[in-house]
Amino acid sequence: MAPNDVGSTGIGAAVRRREDFRFLTGRGTYTDDINRPNQTHAVLLRSPHAHAEIVAIDAKAAKASPGVVAVFTGEDFKAINGLPCGWLVHGKNNTPMVEPKHPILADGRVRHVGDPVAVVIAETKDQARDAAEKIAVTYKELPAIVDMKAALKGGGTPVHDAAATNLCFDWELGDKAATDAAFAKAAHVTKLDLVNNRLVPNAMEPRAAIGDFDRATGEYTLYTTSQNPHVIRLLMGAFVLGIPEHKLRVVAPDVGGGFGSKIYHYAEEAIVTWAAKQVGRPVKWTSERSEAFMSDAHGRDHVTHVELALDKDGKFLGMRCETLANMGAYLSTFAPCIPTYLHGTLLAGNYATPAIYTNVKAVFTNTVPVDAYRGAGRPEATFQIERLIDKAARELKTDPAELRRKNYIKPDQFPYQTPVALVYDIGNYDATLDQVLKLSDAAGYAQRKAASKAKGKLRGRGIASYIEACGIAPSNVVGSLGARAGLYEAATVRVNPTGNVVVFTGSHSHGQGHETTFAQVVSDMLGIPMEQVEISHGDTNRVPFGMGTYGSRSLAVGGTAIVKSLEKIIAKSKKIAAHMLEAAEADIEFKDGKFTVAGTDKSKTFGEIALAAYVPHKYPLETVEPGLDETSFYDPKNFTFPAGCYVCEVEIDPETGVVEVQSFSAADDFGRIVNPMIVEGQVHGGLVQGIGQALLETCVYDKDGQLQTGSYMDYTMPRAGDVPSFKVAHSVTACTHNPLGVKGCGEAGAIGAPPTVINAIVDALSEYGVTHIDMPATPNRIWKAIQDAKAARH
Amino acid sequence: MYNFEYQKASSAADAAAKIKAAGEDGKLMAGGMTLIPTLKQRLAQPSALVDLGGAKDLAGIKVEGNAVVIGAMTTHAAVAASKDVQGKIKALAGLAANIGDRQVRHRGTIGGSIANNDPAADYPAAVLALGATIVTNQRKIAADDFFKGMFETALQPGEIITAVSFPVPEKAGYVKFPNPASRYAVVGVFVAKTGGGVRVGVTGAGNSGVFRAHKMEEALSKDFSAKAIEGMHPPADAMNADIHASAEYRAHLVGVMAKRAIAAAG
Ligand SMILES: Cc1cc2nc3c(=O)[nH]c(=O)nc-3n(C[C@H](O)[C@H](O)[C@H](O)COP(=O)(O)OP(=O)(O)OC[C@H]3O[C@@H](n4cnc5c(N)ncnc54)[C@H](O)[C@@H]3O)c2cc1C
Repeated sequence: MAPNDVGSTGIGAAVRRREDFRFLTGRGTYTDDINRPNQTHAVLLRSPHAHAEIVAIDAKAAKASPGVVAVFTGEDFKAINGLPCGWLVHGKNNTPMVEPKHPILADGRVRHVGDPVAVVIAETKDQARDAAEKIAVTYKELPAIVDMKAALKGGGTPVHDAAATNLCFDWELGDKAATDAAFAKAAHVTKLDLVNNRLVPNAMEPRAAIGDFDRATGEYTLYTTSQNPHVIRLLMGAFVLGIPEHKLRVVAPDVGGGFGSKIYHYAEEAIVTWAAKQVGRPVKWTSERSEAFMSDAHGRDHVTHVELALDKDGKFLGMRCETLANMGAYLSTFAPCIPTYLHGTLLAGNYATPAIYTNVKAVFTNTVPVDAYRGAGRPEATFQIERLIDKAARELKTDPAELRRKNYIKPDQFPYQTPVALVYDIGNYDATLDQVLKLSDAAGYAQRKAASKAKGKLRGRGIASYIEACGIAPSNVVGSLGARAGLYEAATVRVNPTGNVVVFTGSHSHGQGHETTFAQVVSDMLGIPMEQVEISHGDTNRVPFGMGTYGSRSLAVGGTAIVKSLEKIIAKSKKIAAHMLEAAEADIEFKDGKFTVAGTDKSKTFGEIALAAYVPHKYPLETVEPGLDETSFYDPKNFTFPAGCYVCEVEIDPETGVVEVQSFSAADDFGRIVNPMIVEGQVHGGLVQGIGQALLETCVYDKDGQLQTGSYMDYTMPRAGDVPSFKVAHSVTACTHNPLGVKGCGEAGAIGAPPTVINAIVDALSEYGVTHIDMPATPNRIWKAIQDAKAARH
Repeated sequence: MYNFEYQKASSAADAAAKIKAAGEDGKLMAGGMTLIPTLKQRLAQPSALVDLGGAKDLAGIKVEGNAVVIGAMTTHAAVAASKDVQGKIKALAGLAANIGDRQVRHRGTIGGSIANNDPAADYPAAVLALGATIVTNQRKIAADDFFKGMFETALQPGEIITAVSFPVPEKAGYVKFPNPASRYAVVGVFVAKTGGGVRVGVTGAGNSGVFRAHKMEEALSKDFSAKAIEGMHPPADAMNADIHASAEYRAHLVGVMAKRAIAAAG
């Protein structure tokens, strides 16, 4: 390979993930792998009740238990702020949401099973556990509020005294009058009630946190399993513990998956940081899996009624929906924005529906807080739209693919202003539809259906389109919508004297492969091999700033910040090259890692420029500073809008209700693709989670608020054997407002898969007259739907 | 996990002595697949654990006359891979091959499974349907006398299962409907035809543990075919119900799994 031939590591190359060597050989450093000298261990005592008053806590025996260093309860945190919420939603009539305190440790009342009541800090984890069992808590149980509809009727003790009917906010978006008018003139109206099931995120690595306090410097360090260490520094430092940034370092080392659940600031982080100073020793906490089920923020949990108005030709005239969104017992960091600005604003989907109105009521219940989970709001929106369109197609006896095509926003309509606030910059939905029909062999379906029938199986085929808003987000826009933070990203590109490069990025990597993808961008732009590039992230003392990784924003926002810094590096390098080559700056061309005087063979390599910048002997010192190190903050101009179309075929055993996913085809448009192998992996992972939601996963509380799915014995995670080998393809419309033309790919699969699978199941069951089935479509549910449909016919 | 004293037995006799010496709060450990999670969750607090892992005389598979005798400490993986079991009672090898996951099959044992009598475990259906004999260090217990409802057996404190003796049937089949999360049986039906007639063991479904489906047995004794039990299933009110399967669905599945077990028996 020629020194500057970066074809194999540049943009578009399917480079293997460099981080995998350490992950696959057990050499990663996760939070729980870190041990601080003289460290203590924390164990939390959690509420066994969904709703109860704490009458008394007797910790005497626990304090006297062997090895115990300290025991803290809600009393000790009374004067400390609660966990902050990062988004203030205003409802109808500009009414602000009800925002009750989320205490670090329960403050007189427990509000969900798993709500932390006390913390024991001891020499060993087992000693802490022993002592925690000796804490005697006297509870006065209260009736649990679990069902959202019942909760809104009020009565009994509400979850929070400030919300008598458990309503957090009542929010609306869209033109109600115009939408009602559209329905009034409709030739056909399709209606659907559906549930978007609650999910437990289940990252492979459980949460963990270590607090450390240096009495010599007054500096705190928190090691934590976070997707966004700077956000945690801000939330915990400024809003909870009152520690200024320069005295608080937050490190998020290798993190084993997040899916959203590691965005939020959790009580345990504040507890270990605060307690480290109290006990004068580092304090470590690592969640157990069963603890994770009752303390990691959950996802989804919407109950929706949705309606579509169509004219006589099948053109969409209007859509309206009413959604109840479960907030759980407290407001998690971004909870209020999920069912509103990441859900209501997506209700146009891929379609030119002229009038849309949505109303979302957010409800407190005695359950674990609910927040963003892979897709966050967009899967809920997509599920509604795509199930509804499918039902309409069936009622109108038209081909569901063609009904979609008829109503798509067409390529020449971009930029497209939807009736629900967003402006889509670009897309080509017909292209992804055509691609998926081919990929999924639409032509051979009749034959496959007949073959299934011959085996006694019901075959069904489902299609769904999706669009998502990624690359969040323009700070002024989200600020006007209630965000209490900006959503830019920062990056420093540091060129060292011998020409190698370290990138410090605010985008944290916890499975996304940034260490590879970002290095490819650098390799491509600077014309140096990827081996000369290191990507550093996850430490507030190294990275200038960062808003973190979520909402498929890393490449579109974080990557653009890197590009901006690289552009500054190149611009400065040209000045240095011009001086060294005794040419005008305007005559310097940069290509393949070389600065050349146009039209000559006089050139300097990137390495030579780097060395000159740090050994500035023959150097334009009067006009150019030494060094080659540039930082940029990039605030996106718009969201990005990845979109696509999926097809799934299922086979159902009518005797047992068991569904087998026979094939799944995905055609996505993620804009320009830096590493196709990583993108394909992200799609696969998303699809598995989406299929998991459709068929297997669900978080169940009983009427007393007890968690029925508190372990893998009952919570069904998708396994390799539950999914087919995926067929994936992509087409490209480049994003118009970031330099790489990229859109984001992390959530697509989890957004598009659920309606695709359910549409296929309903198609298979349509011969019985089944028109809808809720997720997860378990064998029991399918069998019951068949029995009910049969009974209804008789 | 609470602290306990760990003892490793070198033989069945040594285990019997050790468990006796440990007294009331002593506990036998086989593969530990059920016991260790229980300890980790602090749901049990034994004073001493007597590990049967070193008792070589408790493991192994032999053919004795018209019976396959499986030592208590034989793992599910060993049963699944055994040429003797595959040759004589194929359905039993197939049952073992579908227990839990690979890790569980290489640790979990037949003795542990039967002693534990989880209402969703697979082996109890086979033990009942094949009319097996449970051999302990004190006596022999017929299958019909061994299982006493959920998690209860005829074993006395300190009594150790040493082997299970399975008579070789003419035909046998086992089909289970696995719990999608745990892979235990939501419903599992073992059907066995011997000179003495037909026996049907049902696990996972009943609200008082593994049971024999006597009506199906009668019908199948006359005509060993799926048709003979078409539409037959136990009453829903005798069935278990949970978030995975209602009582009605379980009752229905017993019928479906029974028919499929007969088809599998050939
Ligand atoms: C994830 C998972 C999935 C599983 N899936 C299935 C499944 O699909 N089907 C299924 O049938 N099972 C399943 N199991 C259970 C497993 O297969 C074992 O059979 C079970 O855990 C008990 O066997 P063990 O050898 O591990 O016993 P242990 O856990 O060591 O002991 C269990 C109990 O039996 C007692 N005991 C053990 N050996 C003897 C003996 N020789 N005499 C007297 N008492 C004794 C012990 O004291 C203890 O009370 C699953 C287990 C797990 C963890």
